[in-house]
Amino acid sequence: MEFLIGIQGADFVLVAADMTAARSVFLLKHDQDKMFKLSDKLLMLCVGESGDTVQFAEYIQKNIQLYKIRNGYELSPKAAANFTRKNLADFLRSRTPYMVNMLMAGHDDQDGPSLFYMDYLAALQQVPYAAHGYGSFFTMSVIDRLYKRGLTREEAQGILQKCLDEVQRRFIINLPMFQVRIIDKDGVHDLPNLRPKPAV
Amino acid sequence: MLYFHCTTVHPHYFLQENWNSDPRFIFLICHADLCCCCYSHRPVIPLSKMSRRYDSRTTIFSPEGRLYQVEYAMEAIGHAGTSLGILASDGVLLAAERRNTHKLLDEVVFSDKIYKLNDDMACSVSGITSDANVLTNELRVIAQRHLLQYQESIPCEQLVSILCDTKQFYTQAGGKRPFGVSILYMGWDKHYGFQLYQSDPSGNYGGWKATCIGNNSAAAVSMLKQEYKEGETKLTDALALAVKVLSKTLDMTKVTPEKLEIATLTRENNKTKIRILPADEVQKYITEFEAETAKAEAEKKKKEEKK
Repeated sequence: MEFLIGIQGADFVLVAADMTAARSVFLLKHDQDKMFKLSDKLLMLCVGESGDTVQFAEYIQKNIQLYKIRNGYELSPKAAANFTRKNLADFLRSRTPYMVNMLMAGHDDQDGPSLFYMDYLAALQQVPYAAHGYGSFFTMSVIDRLYKRGLTREEAQGILQKCLDEVQRRFIINLPMFQVRIIDKDGVHDLPNLRPKPAV
Repeated sequence: MLYFHCTTVHPHYFLQENWNSDPRFIFLICHADLCCCCYSHRPVIPLSKMSRRYDSRTTIFSPEGRLYQVEYAMEAIGHAGTSLGILASDGVLLAAERRNTHKLLDEVVFSDKIYKLNDDMACSVSGITSDANVLTNELRVIAQRHLLQYQESIPCEQLVSILCDTKQFYTQAGGKRPFGVSILYMGWDKHYGFQLYQSDPSGNYGGWKATCIGNNSAAAVSMLKQEYKEGETKLTDALALAVKVLSKTLDMTKVTPEKLEIATLTRENNKTKIRILPADEVQKYITEFEAETAKAEAEKKKKEEKK
Protein backbone atom coordinates (compact mmCIF):
# COMPACT_ATOMS: atom_id res chain seq x y z
CA MET A 1 0.00 0.00 0.00
CA GLU A 2 2.89 2.33 0.73
CA PHE A 3 4.74 4.21 -1.96
CA LEU A 4 8.32 5.48 -2.35
CA ILE A 5 9.85 7.17 -5.35
CA GLY A 6 13.24 8.63 -6.24
CA ILE A 7 14.52 10.49 -9.29
CA GLN A 8 18.17 11.35 -9.87
CA GLY A 9 18.96 14.60 -11.67
CA ALA A 10 22.06 16.42 -12.84
CA ASP A 11 23.52 17.17 -9.39
CA PHE A 12 20.80 16.05 -6.99
CA VAL A 13 18.36 13.26 -6.13
CA LEU A 14 14.67 14.05 -5.58
CA VAL A 15 12.78 11.63 -3.35
CA ALA A 16 9.22 11.37 -2.10
CA ALA A 17 7.45 9.06 0.32
CA ASP A 18 3.78 8.75 1.21
CA MET A 19 2.94 9.69 4.80
CA THR A 20 0.28 7.16 5.74
CA ALA A 21 0.62 4.66 8.54
CA ALA A 22 -1.99 1.93 8.12
CA ARG A 23 -2.81 -1.34 9.78
CA SER A 24 -5.07 -3.75 7.88
CA VAL A 25 -7.98 -1.55 6.68
CA PHE A 26 -7.34 1.17 9.26
CA LEU A 27 -5.48 4.40 8.71
CA LEU A 28 -3.52 5.18 11.87
CA LYS A 29 -2.04 8.52 10.88
CA HIS A 30 -1.29 10.64 7.85
CA ASP A 31 1.91 12.40 8.94
CA GLN A 32 4.29 9.43 9.21
CA ASP A 33 7.96 10.15 8.43
CA LYS A 34 9.43 7.30 6.35
CA MET A 35 12.76 9.00 5.67
CA PHE A 36 15.88 8.33 7.78
CA LYS A 37 18.95 10.52 7.56
CA LEU A 38 21.89 8.11 7.62
CA SER A 39 24.62 10.74 7.30
CA ASP A 40 25.08 14.34 6.13
CA LYS A 41 24.36 13.54 2.50
CA LEU A 42 22.59 10.19 2.64
CA LEU A 43 18.90 9.52 3.10
CA MET A 44 17.11 6.19 3.43
CA LEU A 45 13.42 5.78 2.58
CA CYS A 46 11.98 2.70 4.16
CA VAL A 47 8.69 0.80 3.75
CA GLY A 48 7.52 -2.69 4.66
CA GLU A 49 6.51 -4.54 7.82
CA SER A 50 5.73 -1.65 10.13
CA GLY A 51 7.97 -2.51 13.10
CA ASP A 52 10.81 -3.75 10.92
CA THR A 53 11.21 -0.53 8.96
CA VAL A 54 12.08 1.66 11.92
CA GLN A 55 14.12 -1.04 13.66
CA PHE A 56 16.26 -1.80 10.63
CA ALA A 57 16.64 1.81 9.49
CA GLU A 58 17.75 2.94 12.93
CA TYR A 59 20.16 0.01 13.23
CA ILE A 60 21.82 0.99 9.95
CA GLN A 61 21.69 4.69 10.84
CA LYS A 62 23.43 4.17 14.17
CA ASN A 63 26.09 1.91 12.64
CA ILE A 64 26.87 4.46 9.96
CA GLN A 65 27.17 7.14 12.64
CA LEU A 66 29.46 4.82 14.62
CA TYR A 67 31.68 4.46 11.55
CA LYS A 68 31.93 8.24 11.34
CA ILE A 69 32.89 8.58 15.00
CA ARG A 70 35.46 5.79 14.79
CA ASN A 71 37.17 6.96 11.61
CA GLY A 72 36.56 10.68 11.41
CA TYR A 73 35.01 10.53 7.95
CA GLU A 74 31.72 9.27 6.56
CA LEU A 75 31.01 6.25 4.40
CA SER A 76 30.43 7.04 0.74
CA PRO A 77 26.83 6.44 -0.44
CA LYS A 78 27.99 3.40 -2.39
CA ALA A 79 29.80 1.90 0.61
CA ALA A 80 26.85 2.67 2.88
CA ALA A 81 24.42 1.04 0.43
CA ASN A 82 26.57 -2.07 0.19
CA PHE A 83 26.92 -2.15 3.96
CA THR A 84 23.13 -2.03 4.26
CA ARG A 85 22.78 -4.77 1.65
CA LYS A 86 25.22 -7.03 3.50
CA ASN A 87 23.36 -6.55 6.75
CA LEU A 88 19.96 -7.16 5.23
CA ALA A 89 21.26 -10.22 3.37
CA ASP A 90 22.69 -11.64 6.60
CA PHE A 91 19.44 -11.00 8.46
CA LEU A 92 17.47 -12.56 5.61
CA ARG A 93 19.36 -15.81 6.16
CA SER A 94 18.96 -15.67 9.94
CA ARG A 95 15.97 -16.58 12.11
CA THR A 96 15.02 -12.90 12.29
CA PRO A 97 14.75 -11.48 8.77
CA TYR A 98 13.60 -7.90 8.21
CA MET A 99 10.78 -7.36 5.71
CA VAL A 100 11.77 -3.92 4.45
CA ASN A 101 12.07 -2.34 1.04
CA MET A 102 14.07 0.82 0.66
CA LEU A 103 15.52 3.53 -1.48
CA MET A 104 18.80 5.22 -0.63
CA ALA A 105 19.62 8.61 -2.05
CA GLY A 106 22.99 10.21 -1.50
CA HIS A 107 25.57 12.63 -2.78
CA ASP A 108 29.32 12.03 -2.91
CA ASP A 109 31.84 14.83 -3.51
CA GLN A 110 33.71 12.66 -6.01
CA ASP A 111 31.00 10.47 -7.56
CA GLY A 112 28.13 12.98 -7.54
CA PRO A 113 24.51 12.05 -6.81
CA SER A 114 23.40 8.42 -6.60
CA LEU A 115 20.17 6.52 -6.03
CA PHE A 116 20.01 2.91 -4.81
CA TYR A 117 17.05 0.56 -4.94
CA MET A 118 16.88 -2.40 -2.57
CA ASP A 119 14.08 -4.84 -1.77
CA TYR A 120 13.61 -7.15 1.23
CA LEU A 121 15.61 -9.88 -0.54
CA ALA A 122 18.61 -7.51 -0.38
CA ALA A 123 18.79 -7.09 -4.15
CA LEU A 124 20.71 -3.85 -4.48
CA GLN A 125 20.78 -1.84 -7.68
CA GLN A 126 22.04 1.61 -8.53
CA VAL A 127 19.45 3.26 -10.78
CA PRO A 128 18.57 6.72 -12.19
CA TYR A 129 14.97 6.44 -10.94
CA ALA A 130 13.09 3.92 -8.82
CA ALA A 131 9.84 3.32 -6.96
CA HIS A 132 8.58 0.86 -4.35
CA GLY A 133 5.09 -0.38 -3.60
CA TYR A 134 1.93 -0.76 -5.68
CA GLY A 135 2.40 2.81 -6.80
CA SER A 136 5.47 1.74 -8.79
CA PHE A 137 3.20 -0.28 -11.13
CA PHE A 138 1.52 2.94 -12.18
CA THR A 139 4.47 5.30 -12.18
CA MET A 140 7.36 3.44 -13.83
CA SER A 141 5.84 3.88 -17.27
CA VAL A 142 5.37 7.60 -16.61
CA ILE A 143 9.03 8.11 -15.66
CA ASP A 144 10.19 5.80 -18.48
CA ARG A 145 8.53 8.20 -20.89
CA LEU A 146 9.61 11.48 -19.29
CA TYR A 147 13.08 10.76 -17.84
CA LYS A 148 16.20 12.06 -19.46
CA ARG A 149 19.77 12.38 -18.18
CA GLY A 150 20.74 15.58 -16.45
CA LEU A 151 17.28 16.69 -15.31
CA THR A 152 16.95 20.09 -13.66
CA ARG A 153 15.20 20.41 -10.34
CA GLU A 154 12.09 21.92 -11.90
CA GLU A 155 11.87 19.12 -14.49
CA ALA A 156 12.30 16.45 -11.81
CA GLN A 157 9.64 18.03 -9.63
CA GLY A 158 7.32 18.16 -12.65
CA ILE A 159 7.81 14.44 -13.31
CA LEU A 160 7.25 13.68 -9.64
CA GLN A 161 3.96 15.59 -9.62
CA LYS A 162 2.80 13.69 -12.73
CA CYS A 163 3.67 10.36 -11.06
CA LEU A 164 1.75 11.22 -7.90
CA ASP A 165 -1.23 12.35 -9.98
CA GLU A 166 -1.18 9.03 -11.84
CA VAL A 167 -1.15 7.10 -8.55
CA GLN A 168 -4.07 9.18 -7.35
CA ARG A 169 -5.99 8.56 -10.56
CA ARG A 170 -5.52 4.79 -10.91
CA PHE A 171 -4.62 3.30 -7.52
CA ILE A 172 -7.58 2.20 -5.41
CA ILE A 173 -5.93 3.24 -2.13
CA ASN A 174 -5.93 6.91 -1.24
CA LEU A 175 -2.50 8.39 -0.54
CA PRO A 176 -3.29 12.02 0.24
CA MET A 177 0.06 13.45 1.30
CA PHE A 178 3.70 13.01 0.25
CA GLN A 179 6.89 14.11 1.98
CA VAL A 180 9.48 15.43 -0.51
CA ARG A 181 13.21 15.92 -0.05
CA ILE A 182 16.20 16.74 -2.20
CA ILE A 183 19.77 15.57 -1.63
CA ASP A 184 22.63 17.54 -3.20
CA LYS A 185 26.20 18.61 -2.48
CA ASP A 186 25.03 20.73 0.47
CA GLY A 187 23.09 17.95 2.18
CA VAL A 188 19.45 17.00 2.64
CA HIS A 189 16.80 19.68 2.05
CA ASP A 190 13.09 19.61 2.86
CA LEU A 191 10.63 20.61 0.17
CA PRO A 192 6.97 21.40 0.89
CA ASN A 193 4.72 18.35 1.22
CA LEU A 194 3.01 17.44 -2.03
CA ARG A 195 -0.67 16.64 -2.55
CA PRO A 196 -1.66 14.87 -5.74
CA LYS A 197 -4.23 16.53 -7.99
CA PRO A 198 -7.73 15.17 -7.15
CA ALA A 199 -8.70 12.53 -9.75
CA VAL A 200 -12.24 13.82 -10.16
CA MET B 1 38.83 -31.75 24.21
CA LEU B 2 37.05 -31.24 27.49
CA TYR B 3 33.74 -29.36 27.26
CA PHE B 4 31.36 -27.90 29.80
CA HIS B 5 27.98 -26.28 29.67
CA CYS B 6 28.38 -23.07 31.55
CA THR B 7 31.07 -20.48 32.10
CA THR B 8 31.56 -21.50 35.71
CA VAL B 9 33.46 -24.71 36.25
CA HIS B 10 31.25 -27.76 36.31
CA PRO B 11 31.23 -29.69 39.60
CA HIS B 12 32.29 -32.87 37.84
CA TYR B 13 35.47 -31.11 36.75
CA PHE B 14 36.61 -31.04 40.35
CA LEU B 15 35.63 -34.66 40.80
CA GLN B 16 37.78 -35.73 37.93
CA GLU B 17 40.62 -33.48 38.91
CA ASN B 18 40.61 -34.87 42.46
CA TRP B 19 40.56 -38.33 41.09
CA ASN B 20 43.67 -37.59 39.13
CA SER B 21 45.30 -34.29 39.96
CA ASP B 22 47.05 -33.94 36.63
CA PRO B 23 44.79 -31.81 34.42
CA ARG B 24 46.54 -33.00 31.29
CA PHE B 25 45.22 -36.47 32.00
CA ILE B 26 41.66 -35.23 31.84
CA PHE B 27 42.52 -33.61 28.58
CA LEU B 28 43.64 -36.96 27.24
CA ILE B 29 40.68 -39.03 28.30
CA CYS B 30 37.96 -36.51 27.35
CA HIS B 31 37.83 -35.88 23.65
CA ALA B 32 34.11 -35.96 22.96
CA ASP B 33 32.44 -32.98 21.30
CA LEU B 34 29.70 -33.02 23.90
CA CYS B 35 29.45 -32.22 27.57
CA CYS B 36 31.53 -34.78 29.39
CA CYS B 37 29.07 -34.88 32.30
CA CYS B 38 25.67 -35.27 30.76
CA TYR B 39 26.64 -36.11 27.16
CA SER B 40 24.16 -33.62 25.75
CA HIS B 41 24.69 -31.57 22.63
CA ARG B 42 23.64 -28.20 23.99
CA PRO B 43 26.05 -25.30 23.29
CA VAL B 44 29.24 -25.89 25.20
CA ILE B 45 32.43 -23.92 25.68
CA PRO B 46 35.85 -25.54 25.50
CA LEU B 47 38.05 -25.89 28.57
CA SER B 48 40.81 -23.96 26.85
CA LYS B 49 38.75 -20.79 27.25
CA MET B 50 38.31 -21.31 30.97
CA SER B 51 41.69 -22.21 32.31
CA ARG B 52 44.14 -19.38 32.77
CA ARG B 53 45.71 -21.02 35.77
CA TYR B 54 49.09 -22.07 34.54
CA ASP B 55 50.03 -19.37 32.06
CA SER B 56 48.73 -16.02 33.21
CA ARG B 57 52.07 -14.60 34.20
CA THR B 58 53.87 -14.03 30.91
CA THR B 59 53.12 -10.37 30.28
CA ILE B 60 52.71 -8.43 33.49
CA PHE B 61 54.24 -5.19 34.65
CA SER B 62 57.66 -5.32 36.27
CA PRO B 63 58.03 -3.42 39.57
CA GLU B 64 59.46 -0.50 37.58
CA GLY B 65 56.30 -0.45 35.49
CA ARG B 66 57.74 -1.96 32.33
CA LEU B 67 56.56 -4.75 30.10
CA TYR B 68 59.65 -6.81 29.50
CA GLN B 69 58.16 -9.21 26.97
CA VAL B 70 57.18 -6.28 24.76
CA GLU B 71 60.58 -4.66 25.15
CA TYR B 72 62.32 -7.92 24.29
CA ALA B 73 60.18 -8.19 21.18
CA MET B 74 61.28 -4.69 20.13
CA GLU B 75 64.85 -5.77 20.82
CA ALA B 76 64.43 -8.76 18.52
CA ILE B 77 63.43 -6.41 15.72
CA GLY B 78 66.55 -4.34 16.32
CA HIS B 79 68.56 -7.30 15.05
CA ALA B 80 66.32 -8.12 12.10
CA GLY B 81 66.68 -7.08 8.47
CA THR B 82 66.08 -3.40 7.82
CA SER B 83 62.97 -1.98 6.14
CA LEU B 84 62.65 1.62 5.05
CA GLY B 85 59.76 3.70 3.74
CA ILE B 86 59.60 7.15 2.15
CA LEU B 87 56.52 9.16 1.29
CA ALA B 88 56.76 11.27 -1.87
CA SER B 89 54.30 13.71 -3.41
CA ASP B 90 53.52 11.37 -6.32
CA GLY B 91 53.85 7.99 -4.58
CA VAL B 92 55.31 5.94 -1.75
CA LEU B 93 58.15 3.47 -1.63
CA LEU B 94 59.29 0.64 0.60
CA ALA B 95 62.81 -0.73 0.56
CA ALA B 96 63.93 -3.82 2.44
CA GLU B 97 67.18 -5.53 3.17
CA ARG B 98 67.11 -9.15 2.10
CA ARG B 99 69.07 -11.48 4.36
CA ASN B 100 68.11 -14.90 3.04
CA THR B 101 70.61 -14.94 0.25
CA HIS B 102 72.06 -18.42 0.20
CA LYS B 103 73.24 -19.57 -3.17
CA LEU B 104 71.52 -22.95 -2.72
CA LEU B 105 68.21 -21.32 -1.78
CA ASP B 106 65.62 -22.00 -4.43
CA GLU B 107 64.03 -18.70 -5.34
CA VAL B 108 60.37 -19.58 -5.52
CA VAL B 109 59.26 -16.01 -5.01
CA PHE B 110 61.12 -12.95 -6.14
CA SER B 111 60.05 -10.88 -3.17
CA ASP B 112 60.11 -12.20 0.37
CA LYS B 113 59.80 -9.17 2.63
CA ILE B 114 57.36 -6.94 0.81
CA TYR B 115 53.79 -8.21 0.66
CA LYS B 116 50.86 -6.88 -1.32
CA LEU B 117 47.84 -6.62 1.00
CA ASN B 118 45.08 -5.50 -1.37
CA ASP B 119 44.68 -3.36 -4.48
CA ASP B 120 45.73 -0.23 -2.59
CA MET B 121 48.25 -1.34 0.01
CA ALA B 122 51.51 -3.19 0.53
CA CYS B 123 53.69 -3.74 3.56
CA SER B 124 57.23 -4.59 4.49
CA VAL B 125 58.09 -6.52 7.63
CA SER B 126 61.06 -6.66 9.98
CA GLY B 127 61.32 -9.29 12.65
CA ILE B 128 60.51 -12.95 13.04
CA THR B 129 59.45 -14.14 9.60
CA SER B 130 57.03 -16.80 10.83
CA ASP B 131 55.23 -14.25 13.03
CA ALA B 132 55.16 -11.88 10.07
CA ASN B 133 53.47 -14.48 7.88
CA VAL B 134 50.67 -14.81 10.42
CA LEU B 135 50.24 -11.03 10.54
CA THR B 136 50.30 -10.48 6.77
CA ASN B 137 47.69 -13.20 6.42
CA GLU B 138 45.59 -11.44 9.07
CA LEU B 139 46.05 -8.11 7.24
CA ARG B 140 44.79 -9.61 3.99
CA VAL B 141 41.79 -11.12 5.75
CA ILE B 142 40.95 -7.76 7.37
CA ALA B 143 41.20 -6.02 4.00
CA GLN B 144 38.96 -8.57 2.29
CA ARG B 145 36.43 -8.44 5.14
CA HIS B 146 36.08 -4.69 4.58
CA LEU B 147 35.79 -5.19 0.83
CA LEU B 148 33.05 -7.79 1.37
CA GLN B 149 31.07 -5.52 3.66
CA TYR B 150 31.41 -2.21 1.81
CA GLN B 151 32.49 -3.15 -1.75
CA GLU B 152 35.22 -0.58 -1.26
CA SER B 153 38.92 -0.84 -0.41
CA ILE B 154 39.69 -0.43 3.28
CA PRO B 155 41.10 3.00 4.21
CA CYS B 156 44.79 2.66 5.13
CA GLU B 157 44.66 3.75 8.75
CA GLN B 158 41.73 1.44 9.49
CA LEU B 159 43.68 -1.61 8.34
CA VAL B 160 46.70 -0.62 10.42
CA SER B 161 44.56 0.15 13.44
CA ILE B 162 42.63 -3.13 13.31
CA LEU B 163 45.84 -5.16 13.05
CA CYS B 164 47.29 -3.19 15.95
CA ASP B 165 44.30 -4.25 18.06
CA THR B 166 45.45 -7.84 17.48
CA LYS B 167 49.05 -6.94 18.26
CA GLN B 168 48.01 -5.17 21.47
CA PHE B 169 45.90 -8.15 22.52
CA TYR B 170 49.00 -10.33 22.49
CA THR B 171 50.76 -7.97 24.93
CA GLN B 172 47.99 -8.27 27.50
CA ALA B 173 46.30 -11.66 27.25
CA GLY B 174 47.78 -14.34 29.45
CA GLY B 175 49.85 -17.08 27.90
CA LYS B 176 50.49 -15.18 24.71
CA ARG B 177 53.83 -13.98 23.41
CA PRO B 178 53.83 -10.64 21.58
CA PHE B 179 54.45 -10.73 17.84
CA GLY B 180 58.13 -10.05 17.18
CA VAL B 181 57.34 -7.96 14.15
CA SER B 182 57.38 -4.30 13.15
CA ILE B 183 55.62 -3.44 9.93
CA LEU B 184 55.84 -0.58 7.45
CA TYR B 185 52.69 -0.05 5.41
CA MET B 186 52.36 2.00 2.27
CA GLY B 187 49.01 2.73 0.72
CA TRP B 188 46.61 5.05 -0.97
CA ASP B 189 43.04 5.89 -0.04
CA LYS B 190 40.55 8.50 -1.18
CA HIS B 191 40.50 10.23 2.19
CA TYR B 192 44.18 11.03 2.73
CA GLY B 193 45.96 10.05 -0.52
CA PHE B 194 49.40 8.43 -0.24
CA GLN B 195 50.29 7.25 3.24
CA LEU B 196 53.08 5.56 5.16
CA TYR B 197 52.55 3.87 8.53
CA GLN B 198 54.66 1.96 10.99
CA SER B 199 53.50 -0.43 13.70
CA ASP B 200 55.30 -1.99 16.69
CA PRO B 201 54.91 -5.24 18.68
CA SER B 202 53.31 -3.15 21.43
CA GLY B 203 50.40 -2.30 19.18
CA ASN B 204 51.45 1.33 18.74
CA TYR B 205 51.29 2.78 15.27
CA GLY B 206 51.90 6.12 13.59
CA GLY B 207 51.92 7.84 10.22
CA TRP B 208 55.32 8.91 8.86
CA LYS B 209 56.85 10.88 6.00
CA ALA B 210 59.93 8.70 6.07
CA THR B 211 60.94 6.05 8.56
CA CYS B 212 62.96 2.91 9.08
CA ILE B 213 62.69 -0.26 11.19
CA GLY B 214 65.08 -3.10 11.92
CA ASN B 215 68.84 -3.26 12.29
CA ASN B 216 70.54 0.14 12.64
CA SER B 217 67.22 1.89 12.09
CA ALA B 218 68.05 4.79 14.44
CA ALA B 219 70.95 5.86 12.23
CA ALA B 220 68.81 5.55 9.11
CA VAL B 221 65.99 7.60 10.64
CA SER B 222 68.38 10.42 11.62
CA MET B 223 69.80 10.39 8.07
CA LEU B 224 66.29 10.56 6.63
CA LYS B 225 65.47 13.41 8.99
CA GLN B 226 68.40 15.39 7.59
CA GLU B 227 67.92 14.60 3.93
CA TYR B 228 64.12 14.47 3.52
CA LYS B 229 62.77 17.61 1.87
CA GLU B 230 59.21 18.12 2.91
CA GLY B 231 56.70 18.60 0.11
CA GLU B 232 59.27 18.62 -2.67
CA THR B 233 60.31 14.98 -2.72
CA LYS B 234 59.33 13.21 -5.93
CA LEU B 235 59.31 9.41 -6.14
CA THR B 236 62.56 9.45 -8.17
CA ASP B 237 64.25 11.53 -5.44
CA ALA B 238 62.85 9.16 -2.82
CA LEU B 239 64.31 6.14 -4.65
CA ALA B 240 67.75 7.75 -4.75
CA LEU B 241 67.45 8.67 -1.07
CA ALA B 242 66.39 5.14 -0.11
CA VAL B 243 69.40 3.59 -1.84
CA LYS B 244 71.70 6.18 -0.29
CA VAL B 245 70.43 5.70 3.26
CA LEU B 246 70.45 1.91 3.05
CA SER B 247 73.94 1.78 1.51
CA LYS B 248 75.31 3.90 4.34
CA THR B 249 73.51 2.20 7.21
CA LEU B 250 73.52 -1.49 6.27
CA ASP B 251 76.67 -3.17 7.52
CA MET B 252 77.91 -4.39 4.18
CA THR B 253 80.60 -2.92 1.97
CA LYS B 254 78.59 -2.95 -1.24
CA VAL B 255 74.85 -3.09 -1.76
CA THR B 256 73.69 -5.45 -4.50
CA PRO B 257 70.22 -5.97 -6.05
CA GLU B 258 70.15 -9.45 -4.48
CA LYS B 259 70.24 -7.88 -1.04
CA LEU B 260 67.89 -4.99 -1.69
CA GLU B 261 64.21 -5.19 -2.42
CA ILE B 262 62.32 -2.05 -3.50
CA ALA B 263 58.61 -1.59 -4.16
CA THR B 264 56.76 1.54 -5.24
CA LEU B 265 53.11 2.52 -5.01
CA THR B 266 51.73 5.09 -7.46
CA ARG B 267 48.43 6.14 -9.02
CA GLU B 268 47.85 5.65 -12.73
CA ASN B 269 44.52 6.17 -14.52
CA ASN B 270 42.65 6.38 -11.21
CA LYS B 271 44.05 3.01 -10.10
CA THR B 272 46.75 2.18 -7.58
CA LYS B 273 49.80 0.52 -9.04
CA ILE B 274 52.11 -1.48 -6.80
CA ARG B 275 55.36 -2.50 -8.45
CA ILE B 276 58.29 -4.47 -7.10
CA LEU B 277 61.32 -3.20 -8.96
CA PRO B 278 63.17 -5.79 -11.05
CA ALA B 279 66.85 -6.42 -10.26
CA ASP B 280 68.22 -4.39 -13.19
CA GLU B 281 66.28 -1.31 -12.11
CA VAL B 282 67.53 -1.61 -8.54
CA GLN B 283 71.04 -1.98 -9.98
CA LYS B 284 70.49 1.25 -11.93
CA TYR B 285 69.78 3.22 -8.75
CA ILE B 286 72.74 1.63 -6.97
CA THR B 287 75.07 2.50 -9.85
CA GLU B 288 73.79 6.08 -9.87
CA PHE B 289 74.43 6.35 -6.16
CA GLU B 290 77.94 4.91 -6.49
CA ALA B 291 78.80 7.30 -9.32
CA GLU B 292 77.65 10.20 -7.20
CA THR B 293 79.69 9.12 -4.19
CA ALA B 294 82.77 8.62 -6.36
CA LYS B 295 82.29 12.10 -7.79
CA ALA B 296 81.90 13.68 -4.38
CA GLU B 297 84.99 11.91 -3.12
CA ALA B 298 87.05 13.02 -6.09
CA GLU B 299 86.06 16.62 -5.46
CA LYS B 300 86.92 16.30 -1.82
CA LYS B 301 90.37 14.99 -2.71
CA LYS B 302 90.92 17.85 -5.12
CA LYS B 303 90.07 20.40 -2.45
CA GLU B 304 92.48 18.79 -0.02
CA GLU B 305 95.27 18.82 -2.61
CA LYS B 306 94.70 22.54 -3.20
CA LYS B 307 95.16 23.20 0.48
